[in-house]
Amino acid sequence: MASRKRKHWYDYLWIWTIIYFALGFFNILFAWLGMIDFILPLIFAIAGGNKWFCNHMCGRGQLFMVLGRSLKCSRRKQAPSWISSKWFRYGFLTFFMTMFGTMIFQTYLVFSGAGSLRKVIKLFWTFKVPWKWAYNGSILPDWVAQFGFGFYSLMLTSTLIGLIVMAIYKERTWCSFCPMGTMTQGICKIKARRG
Amino acid sequence: MRKAVNDINRCVACGVCAGECPREAISIYKGCYAVIDTAKCVGCGICQRACPAGSVKVEEV
Repeated sequence: MASRKRKHWYDYLWIWTIIYFALGFFNILFAWLGMIDFILPLIFAIAGGNKWFCNHMCGRGQLFMVLGRSLKCSRRKQAPSWISSKWFRYGFLTFFMTMFGTMIFQTYLVFSGAGSLRKVIKLFWTFKVPWKWAYNGSILPDWVAQFGFGFYSLMLTSTLIGLIVMAIYKERTWCSFCPMGTMTQGICKIKARRG
Repeated sequence: MRKAVNDINRCVACGVCAGECPREAISIYKGCYAVIDTAKCVGCGICQRACPAGSVKVEEV
C-alpha cells in the first residue's frame, strides 16, 4: 500500500548509505561524510523540535526497509520488549557515547603525537580488520585519517547490529534503540515539555 | 470499531507507522510519539505489523 504514495527525493536516501560504505572502502577520508548523519538529526531536533530526519531521511532505516521488506531478508517478528525499554535505550546510548569518546581520544593521541595512525577497522569494538588499502597518505595530518578509521568502524558496527536485528526481528528494529533516535527523541521531549 | 492505539511510553517516534499508513492517519507529535487520527484510521493493522517497538496495537475501542 505504501508504494502507492507519491515518492520524494528523500525516499531514496538508502542509496546514500550504500554509497557511503563503498566510498569508505576505497578511501577512509570519506568516512567524515557520516558526520552529516550525526549532525542533521540533532539540528532537526534542537532547532525544529522534531524527528523529521528519522521519520523521512534516515538512509539506514530505509535500507533496512528495502532489504528487510522488499528483498524479504527479515523474519518480521516482534522483538522482545526489553530492546525498546527505556533502560536499554539509554544504556545503549551511554555505551555508544562512551565508545565515541574513546574514538575521539584515539584521534587526539594521534593528533598530539602520542599515538600512531592505525589502518584498521574495529568491528563490534573488538575485532580488528586490516583496512590498509583505504589510506595511502594525503596532504592532511594523520589524525584526520585516524578519525576516519574510527568513525567508519562505528558506522559499520552499528549498521551490522542493525542488519542482524533486521534479519531476526522487524525491519527497523534498530530504530527502537538507535542512539541517535534516543538522543533526538529525548531532546524533542524536553523541548515539548517547555512548550 | 477496531482502531490503532499507541502506547506513548513505549513509542520511539521513528515514524515507521506514519510512513506505512495507507490512510495517512498517523503523525509524529513534536518528535515525541506517534498520534493516530481515529477519524481516518480503519484499523487495518499495517502500522502494528511495522512498529519495531511494539507500541502500536489495533484494539477494539
